[in-house]
Amino acid sequence: MTPLEQQLTDIWSTPPGIRGFFSSVDHKRIGIRYIITAFVFLIAGGIEALVMRVQLSHSNLKILSPEAYDQLFSMHGFTMIFLYAGPVLSGFSNYLWPLLLGSRDMAFPRLNALSYWIFVLAGLFLYVSFPLGLAPDAGWFNYPPLSSGTYNAGPNIDFYLLGLIFLGVSTTVGAANFVVSLLRTRAPGMSINRMPILVWGTLTASVGNLLAVPAVSLACVLLFLDRQFGTHFFDVEQHGQPLLWQHLFWMFGHPWVYAIVLPALGIVSDALPTFCRRPLVGYTPVALATVATMIVGFGVWLHHMFATGMPMMSLAFFSAASLVITIPSAVSTFAWIATIWTGKPVLTTAFLFLSSFIVLFVIGGVPGVMAGAVPLDWQLTDTYFVVAHLHYVLIGINVFPVIGGIYYWFPKMTGRLLNETLGRWNFWTMLIGFNLGFFPMHIVGLMGMPRRIYTYAPNLGWDTINLITTIGSFVFAVGVGLFIANFLISLKRGKAAGDNPWDAPTLEWSVPSPAPVYNFRVIPTVASRHPLWEERLNESPERSSLDRGYLLDQGRETLATTILDAEPDLILKMPGDSFAPLWLALSLALTFVGLIVHSPWVSALGVLGAASSIFGWMWPQRALDQTADPARA
Amino acid sequence: MPEAGLRAQTLPIGSFGTKASGWYGVWTLVLTESAIFVYLLFSYFYLASQAPDAWPIGGNPSLTLAAPNTLILLLSSASLVWAERSGARRGARARLLGGIGAALLLGTIFVFIQMREWHAKSFSLHSGTYGASYFVVTGFHLAHVIIGLGMLASIFVWAALGKFSRDRHAPLTIGAIYWHFVDVVWLVVFTALYLAPRFK
Repeated sequence: MTPLEQQLTDIWSTPPGIRGFFSSVDHKRIGIRYIITAFVFLIAGGIEALVMRVQLSHSNLKILSPEAYDQLFSMHGFTMIFLYAGPVLSGFSNYLWPLLLGSRDMAFPRLNALSYWIFVLAGLFLYVSFPLGLAPDAGWFNYPPLSSGTYNAGPNIDFYLLGLIFLGVSTTVGAANFVVSLLRTRAPGMSINRMPILVWGTLTASVGNLLAVPAVSLACVLLFLDRQFGTHFFDVEQHGQPLLWQHLFWMFGHPWVYAIVLPALGIVSDALPTFCRRPLVGYTPVALATVATMIVGFGVWLHHMFATGMPMMSLAFFSAASLVITIPSAVSTFAWIATIWTGKPVLTTAFLFLSSFIVLFVIGGVPGVMAGAVPLDWQLTDTYFVVAHLHYVLIGINVFPVIGGIYYWFPKMTGRLLNETLGRWNFWTMLIGFNLGFFPMHIVGLMGMPRRIYTYAPNLGWDTINLITTIGSFVFAVGVGLFIANFLISLKRGKAAGDNPWDAPTLEWSVPSPAPVYNFRVIPTVASRHPLWEERLNESPERSSLDRGYLLDQGRETLATTILDAEPDLILKMPGDSFAPLWLALSLALTFVGLIVHSPWVSALGVLGAASSIFGWMWPQRALDQTADPARA
Repeated sequence: MPEAGLRAQTLPIGSFGTKASGWYGVWTLVLTESAIFVYLLFSYFYLASQAPDAWPIGGNPSLTLAAPNTLILLLSSASLVWAERSGARRGARARLLGGIGAALLLGTIFVFIQMREWHAKSFSLHSGTYGASYFVVTGFHLAHVIIGLGMLASIFVWAALGKFSRDRHAPLTIGAIYWHFVDVVWLVVFTALYLAPRFK
């Protein structure tokens, strides 16, 4: 280690032990924690699903009571969609962004820690309800009047409402952090047409979240007021409108679907070309398709409500908008196929996951187009066909790229490679189990099996298909288990990876594995989309500079650049480790606990704690050059 | 490996006016908060379009308190602009403190007048969808004013402690954006809830 590296290590290191654990603001630690925590929720949600599949494996089984089944499918949906699918991608982006962008941390490191702590606490808040037998039980989209105080008086729905509002804070501050990090912390020369597609995906998802999350948070506030403070927003008897919930929920819900797939598509767009030994075909169309998908995605929410009796005009408009989304999706799909077609594929486990994703994306997408057509939707709505579609989309487009992404970036995170032999077993078990489990759901849906029923009569011809589905879901679970086994074994015994085991083109592979605490010795200057492939591609005479650049060794610092062209603009002073994010998250948790136990005093204490945490956090510090006459470096 | 690096001699360092990360951050806050009010007003108008009986309850909302209150809030924004332009940027501490203090005072008066107006209403939170919408929309705004007052009070404390100088007063620049945003939202809420029913 050179003296400079030693100095930077001292500056950026988090102290070991419990203090460091709770105060660290290192984006790499936070990112890895995000991924691991999201996987814990994936396992919880998966176990819930398996229990349901046992119950549904044959007609008239009585393993679960209807009430228990309601709680299970509600928790399964909430867990997978809100506690796994979104956060796991936040984890990737938290870990990767500064490494992809050539900076030393995110724009707001403490906000990053806050977003993680709130995510964990919101998840715990929700899961406390489970052992109490008081878990949410009105499905993951929680429609009133079923979720109203009249028909669901217990605290079950309050756990859902408060948990979702709380989690929304995490999503929102995380999104703000990504947006500002993109605007400010790209390395010099990384103009917006040189950013990796993952960055485009997460940026688009983040802007989407900033605009969409308030809709569902508001819906939850209004329903909570109805339930606890006697308002009548959704109360039909007082001319309230249950459909208002559906509008607000899906105004959020559909952009959210894109928020939990676009960064995953970014993972594919960035990692797949490495294994095809060539740049992505059609960078610009794919980047534009990413943004276009989200923009159109804000205008399709009504297709979740085709069966609610809307005027034909609005059905036609929203149906058309839903079908238009196929265009950007197809652009990306053909770009990936062309990348494989014209490349020289290297058949690693990561490649298998990423390329099979394309197949699953198409299988999952086509039924989406079918359900986007109004007459067909009227037949299919609330059947297992929709369940099959959404699982193909969420598992195919989120879980497969995520696991492929972990095979790809695990070496950067840990310094070791995942085992390839176990990887093959992992991949094929998951692929076979997934298709065996979820494809037949399309058929049983077409046969008329409604979603969310806890059992069914024996003479409907659904038994065999449901048994196959149950077997498939267990095979799939074994596949996920093999992945976790591979993860744990390789963590200890995996082969040493070296800086760039895949001979990949982007900035994160120019630093050692695992990445040092300070990321880059000097802030690199970027001259192309593929800084490490410039010699062989030879697209222009310009070369990126990885060894010469801004040193920034006077305390925690990184470089701010201008928005479009990424010209150096300012030296950012970065905050050190801090307990303020943890205190703020705990205070907010206390506020929500007060609301669920109906104790204004506990809530008031929480608000007071939150206010004082923010006051301390924002206190202008000389070390960050925030006060008068700072000591110049 | 060559270790030579560039030392930054020419770039400004640290929290520097509109180049501070927080300045960008507050705009993301404004974006997401604007979305909340868009959805609130969507809900208000949606419920209005479906309401079978009188909307608003008890005829058009009176402007007796609301119109002057609007002016008070606008004045508080103006005094905050003054605090920054003639106070902070010129290093004039008295004007800096006076401007923030005046904004604080005017904002507090706004809260009290709004509370008074609430008490004078003939309907309550429980009075159908109009009552609920009126109090929730204005309540969301009032909560933002109260949070803004807490923020102004913090900035006042830091200004009084001499934390700011001519070129280092990012908290004021950033806080002012939030406060102006809260004012603009009030103009929208005022237009939608108080003025729009008059043009039916």
